[in-house]
Amino acid sequence: MSLIAVQNLAVTYGGRRVLNDVSLTLDPGEIVTIVGPNGSGKTSLFRAIIGATDAAKGNISLQPGLKIGYVPQRLHIDPTLPITVERFMRLTERVSRARCAEALVSAGVPDLLKRQMAQLSGGQFQRVLLARALINRPDVLLLDEATQGLDQPGSAAFYQQIETVCRKTGCAVLMISHELHVVMSASDRVICLNGHICCEGTPAVVASAPEYRALFGIGTGGALALYRHHHDHDHDHSHSHEAAE
Amino acid sequence: MLDDFMTRATLAGVGVAFAAAPLGCFVVWRRMAYFGDATAHAAILGVALSLAFEVSIFPGVLAVALAMALSVTLLAGRGYAMDTLLGVLAHSALAFGLVAVSFLSGVRIDLMAYLFGDILAVSRIDLLIIWGGAVLVIGLISWRWSALLTSTLNEELAYASGLNPNREQLILTLSLAITVAVAIKVVGVLLIAALLIIPAAAARGLARTPEDMTVIAAAIGATSALVGLRGAYVFDTPAGPSIVCFAAIIFAAFNLVGRRSKNRA
Repeated sequence: MSLIAVQNLAVTYGGRRVLNDVSLTLDPGEIVTIVGPNGSGKTSLFRAIIGATDAAKGNISLQPGLKIGYVPQRLHIDPTLPITVERFMRLTERVSRARCAEALVSAGVPDLLKRQMAQLSGGQFQRVLLARALINRPDVLLLDEATQGLDQPGSAAFYQQIETVCRKTGCAVLMISHELHVVMSASDRVICLNGHICCEGTPAVVASAPEYRALFGIGTGGALALYRHHHDHDHDHSHSHEAAE
Repeated sequence: MLDDFMTRATLAGVGVAFAAAPLGCFVVWRRMAYFGDATAHAAILGVALSLAFEVSIFPGVLAVALAMALSVTLLAGRGYAMDTLLGVLAHSALAFGLVAVSFLSGVRIDLMAYLFGDILAVSRIDLLIIWGGAVLVIGLISWRWSALLTSTLNEELAYASGLNPNREQLILTLSLAITVAVAIKVVGVLLIAALLIIPAAAARGLARTPEDMTVIAAAIGATSALVGLRGAYVFDTPAGPSIVCFAAIIFAAFNLVGRRSKNRA
């Protein structure tokens, strides 16, 4: 059975239909990426899946007892709110300090427990969000453009980390990303969204689909090249530039 | 012991400070300061209505404050900027309240007592209501603590954790109405927001976690009530404003000390 099954979903915002007839499924262990231009309804789709937005039509079924780890697009912490990384990690889950530390290690940011959230760099902050999402061993990880504000090597390393963690734990991933060339190599399937589903399939199939090219233009030739490049020879992926953060 | 008016006043001040501390922190974190003001200003309308219908002040104020807070929440989704909306509602409620009071011929009421509080006239029944309200507010907020904190940080995060941020907002709105209703006797309509915000703001620099900040804010609020009342007694100044003045002095002092130690480091 699928973890998430969306059937013929339509979502309306202030009289404007932002999503129409969207169907998709996410199976255990799968990594699926949603790509699409701005205003294509990607975030609305996520909000509908977590129950923050009502469906105008269609339905969304989650596997009973499904544990969702959610990494938001941007999390603004008001400067008047003091909160340490440790406290933030234990916000909704009652977990031990050891589990917090372990989750931070697997997200690639050990030793941050006692720091204030407001003092973290952009990359550290996103990784703490990832660690928090992973802490209750979720069945599904939802990432909404989780690398906004990171530079390209930074976000490549971030997605690499997600792939490593999720392949190890068997956690499925549904993510939204602008950075096709970065995420494609890690994805099992890519769904191209623009109010409706334009095309979907393996990264190579989508990257060469005419619908996809119509949306993203000629720059995508480069994306495909990069995708192939990632796959036809093996680089050292230790990403030592992370130390600079 | 409760026969002494100063003892009753002190207990009332401390009770309100305890209720205001956790709520004040959320008001500061969620940038709802003006929202607190609006709810408090509406309370004067509640006073007028209570007197007109000859019911006790507390239920009247509670009902109007709650109605005000709920209508602000509802109207906020309709396209007006929040600060404009609150500016319109808060000051019209205050104006309508003042006008309504003037219609109450036959009843001689001391308007100043409701605008600035009359903590020295707190009765045993008032004390019971204040502490009952404080316990209720603290209970509500501690019961929903994690959920409130998560919703304050990020709406989507709350939804993904199976929470409903709208329901949590309602809990805060309800707590705010209760706090306004019990604080009106202590600091009055015009200074309730000060008692919510100043201790929380003063506590910010000393706190590392949200829980720290709440406890420190409660300590600052209670100290302000004690010292402010004592000052009012010694210097013969109005009690409610004296409490707020002392809280403001603590805020200024903590900021100066905080800045100096930061410069040294």
